[in-house]
Amino acid sequence: MLNTNEILETLRMIDEEKLDVRTITMGISLFSCVSDDTRRLCDNIYDRITRKAERLVKVGEDIEKEYGVPIVNKRIAVTPAALITGKCDPLSVAHALDRAAKETGVNFLGGYSALVQKGMTEADRALIASIPEALATTDLVCSSVNVGSTRAGIDMDAVKLMGKAVKDTAERTRDRDGFGCAKLVVFSNAVEDNPFMAGAFFGPGEGDCAVSVGVSGPGTVKRALEKVKGQPFDAVAEMIKRTAFRITRVGQLVAREASARLNVPFGIVDLSLAPTPAVGDSVAAILEEMGLEVCGTHGTTAALALLNDAVKKGGVMASSHVGGLSGAFIPVSEDIGMIHAAECGALSIEKLEAMTCVCSVGLDMIAIPGDTSAETISAIIADEAAIGMINNKTTAVRVIPVPGKKVGEMVEFGGLLGRAPIIPVREYSSAEFVNRGGRIPAPLHSLRN
Amino acid sequence: MAEMKKAVITVLGSDQKGIIAKVSDVLFRHDVNILDISQTILSGLFNMVLIADISSANCDFSALSDALTAFGQERNLQVRVQRSEIFEAMHQI
Repeated sequence: MLNTNEILETLRMIDEEKLDVRTITMGISLFSCVSDDTRRLCDNIYDRITRKAERLVKVGEDIEKEYGVPIVNKRIAVTPAALITGKCDPLSVAHALDRAAKETGVNFLGGYSALVQKGMTEADRALIASIPEALATTDLVCSSVNVGSTRAGIDMDAVKLMGKAVKDTAERTRDRDGFGCAKLVVFSNAVEDNPFMAGAFFGPGEGDCAVSVGVSGPGTVKRALEKVKGQPFDAVAEMIKRTAFRITRVGQLVAREASARLNVPFGIVDLSLAPTPAVGDSVAAILEEMGLEVCGTHGTTAALALLNDAVKKGGVMASSHVGGLSGAFIPVSEDIGMIHAAECGALSIEKLEAMTCVCSVGLDMIAIPGDTSAETISAIIADEAAIGMINNKTTAVRVIPVPGKKVGEMVEFGGLLGRAPIIPVREYSSAEFVNRGGRIPAPLHSLRN
Repeated sequence: MAEMKKAVITVLGSDQKGIIAKVSDVLFRHDVNILDISQTILSGLFNMVLIADISSANCDFSALSDALTAFGQERNLQVRVQRSEIFEAMHQI
């Protein structure tokens, strides 16, 4: 039988510590939609998505009400669009995806994507070229491009194109401080079942349709760590594991329930700590609770490594299928502690890069000066892709070169995307490096040091 | 026999007469059986946790939840109705 303390503890975790399920994401394969006619392709896509996800938002809301746990986002991930566009116009597909997303009532739809780690097809090139306009003329569509992997190396031609795509996207959404870039992720070792935006897509190795869940709860972990203040790291790791287990059990419950009600197979639970700009929902605050004055100071990488590993160890037993990105996210603009750390200068882009070696993803939601060149952005992407490639992990870049703004100014994206101070990047040129093109060969898998 | 469906009803707020009476009344009218009930007053704050069997309820979960939260709003109390699985998932292996 349940006891009163446990019940009240759960309520406190939800009310005060902002425990929530960050997203229910329905993955939908679009392979059955293919056509050589753009109009027909778009109609097929719209029909399939609106039919499959018709009840997604309603079911999400029902579960939220019955279990009393907030489910913040309902989202859709689809087959990477470049795999199904063929010779059709990708931009029309972006618009069809946007209409379908709006019809179903979801918050975002991911999968305006291309997987080009080894090379680009004509369709991949057409899609990449269309990204700035697609993101400027749609509201809910998110785009991602995978430019590298441990097995294939890094496609530097694609890296070059993506630097330009990021820059152009910022320019095309100039009136909204380059907001389009918040919907664009450049990956290395992208995963096929990630439920989190902006990088979600439903990989070609997935089935027809699946529901996955991304959990959250940095506030819960922070509060738990307050109980082991001053104790050795062994106690810290144990406490994080126990908390992560509980958080993940909620995710598993919601995923199983959503899967049953939607009559769609359960995909995975993504064991993540995803912050929001709300006070008390910060990953940086967890690191600071471990004893760092400000996130970004020396020791931050070690603290994050412990956190990331303990979250996975605790969560993995709580779910039957774990996948996605699984780990702690460090999106600067979406985390009040990170925002503060960047504002006071404790957190630099170099430190963030180091942190990405040991955490879930990569350089995420970082505002950089508007006059940063496309080549410099490509070089940032290449550095991050190299970290992923060598370390066998997913890395990503989601930076916003905010048009017309300089270091020290603030940019406001609003809502879950938050706000960020513009932080400096290196001013020396990487243009000659980026313009070489070609491929960085896949790394050796032995002699690992 | 089908598995019992349970709900956890929690009421938080300032202490006042008739809270338990009213909650029990709403449950009775919806054909819901009370399994366990505990209440405390912590520095003037009324704190009740009630576990109920909703398998035989004469309405769906949402209607029961709405009826109870409406009572909460009337009396300025925070009333919540949740399926018990969320607590079991978090606290039992």
